[in-house]
Amino acid sequence: MRVHFTVNGRPQEADDVWEGESLLYVLRERLGLPGSKNACEQGECGSCTVRLDGVPVCSCLVAAGQVEGREVVTVEGLADYAKERSCGTGACGTTLQDAQQWQAKPASDSQTGEGTELSPIQQAFIDAGAVQCGFCTPGLLVAADEMLEHNPNPSDADIREALSGNLCRCTGYEKIMDAVRLAAARQAEGV
Amino acid sequence: MDFLRPASWEEALAAKAEHPTAVPIAGGTDVMVEINFDHRRPEYLLDLNRIGDLAEWEVGEDTVRLGASVSYTRIMQDLRAELPGLALASHTVASPQIRNRGGVGGNLGTASPAGDAHPALLAAGAQVEAESAARGTRLIPIDEFYTGVKRNALQPDELIRAVHIKKADGPQQYSKVGTRNAMVIAVCAFGLALHPQTRTVRTGIGSAAPTPVRAKTAEDFLNAALEEGGFWDNGKIITPSVAKQFAELCSGACNPIDDVRGTASYRRHAVGVMARRTLTWAWESYRGARRASEGAA
Ligand SMILES: Cc1cc2nc3c(=O)[nH]c(=O)nc-3n(C[C@H](O)[C@H](O)[C@H](O)COP(=O)(O)OP(=O)(O)OC[C@H]3O[C@@H](n4cnc5c(N)ncnc54)[C@H](O)[C@@H]3O)c2cc1C
Ligand code: FES
Ligand code: FES
Repeated sequence: MRVHFTVNGRPQEADDVWEGESLLYVLRERLGLPGSKNACEQGECGSCTVRLDGVPVCSCLVAAGQVEGREVVTVEGLADYAKERSCGTGACGTTLQDAQQWQAKPASDSQTGEGTELSPIQQAFIDAGAVQCGFCTPGLLVAADEMLEHNPNPSDADIREALSGNLCRCTGYEKIMDAVRLAAARQAEGV
Repeated sequence: MDFLRPASWEEALAAKAEHPTAVPIAGGTDVMVEINFDHRRPEYLLDLNRIGDLAEWEVGEDTVRLGASVSYTRIMQDLRAELPGLALASHTVASPQIRNRGGVGGNLGTASPAGDAHPALLAAGAQVEAESAARGTRLIPIDEFYTGVKRNALQPDELIRAVHIKKADGPQQYSKVGTRNAMVIAVCAFGLALHPQTRTVRTGIGSAAPTPVRAKTAEDFLNAALEEGGFWDNGKIITPSVAKQFAELCSGACNPIDDVRGTASYRRHAVGVMARRTLTWAWESYRGARRASEGAA
């Protein structure tokens, strides 16, 4: 079947989709957006987290056909999504091509994030050292960004709750907590 | 496989009548796991996401008519006052991502003995609104809904439209045993609701029998003991011996198995502990509310 939906603000269409296929598979294999990770395919790890009509969901548990006509934001569109949220014009979005070519540090420094545009939460993850192998990172970024959108001043308990569906095997979570606190503090200062 | 996308409830019922083997998919948090792991290869998937009514609820005089696809997140956020037991149970389900998608209709469809909605529904009192194109609507009492391990009373051509749940008329509690707080399938679970209007207490037990069950003997014992001691009127602390016997009878209502999550004897023990605790917590808030209203009067 064919599925039409909006990805990172732009209309897209996926062809030859198998009826039992997940949104995660469509994003990764049909649209060439491997940012959302596939680790468990059973909702346990959160590494496939995307926003569906604004709501964080495990894309591995959404059937492709269920997203027809709906809006999906992936980690590749997060920087633009955050920018649009703060600029508010609604005319932004990420082209599929841009999203496919997205990388954290193009030609420049891969430690600091200089040289590419990052969302505040992405920058905070780098600055706080919250990324080790990075497999969990895209899902955490999407979940954390959504929380900060609704709850700009989260308590530690709020952060833990919001990220309770995202597993990380490397960091022990403390640096992730630091990163989210940092992003919240910067957001409050308007940096 | 065919993917059916009815745009209305009537179309969904017609599709289910035409293809009784079609598997409805709401939040997909049970169905997609089975498909991803090739445990299930249905001929038809019947998507319910386009039917907006299923994600809505109506608060009536005595009951809440909860659309089958209202997410756990919405129940926690918007129905805490009317359905406190179910809201507490919802909060224990998995993670935010899962709670944003999953709902009570899917929990009932799966009818796992570990489903967290069930003990809360049993304790509150509920009826499942099932509908078919051929026979229209029927209300299935929650006590008759669970018919076996992962089996329910739905006919092949029926869909769940909503669940009618009694609005809380007193404190409700929900307790669940697991290895940590998030993302845990219950080792066992216990729901309890005080119903001061009818002077009854109702219970629901999860993961400790082939189906979710009420501890009816324990309820009968407690209802009689509370009545006899005038507890509803005098608001006294429940006698420890009464609480203890209630707990033992709740353990006795279990028919658990040994599995990877826990042994049968652990489950029986834990249900007793949760029964005593939830009764104590709920009774304390009942007493607190009584004192507050007397103080105001
Ligand atoms: C990681 C993970 C953790 C989980 N943790 C918990 C937990 O802690 N507690 C818990 O209770 N559950 C848990 N679950 C299971 C699941 O999330 C729940 O059972 C949820 O309520 C299912 O709802 P859904 O809308 O996603 O159902 P779906 O997967 O869409 O459907 C489930 C079943 O119900 C049927 N169905 C759905 N809607 C209808 C309808 N309107 N009429 C008739 N049949 C219908 C479907 O055909 C299917 O058989 C977990 C699942 C995952 C993936
Ligand atoms: S891959 Fe979706 S939750 Fe793990
Ligand atoms: S950084 Fe490796 S899983 Fe989180």
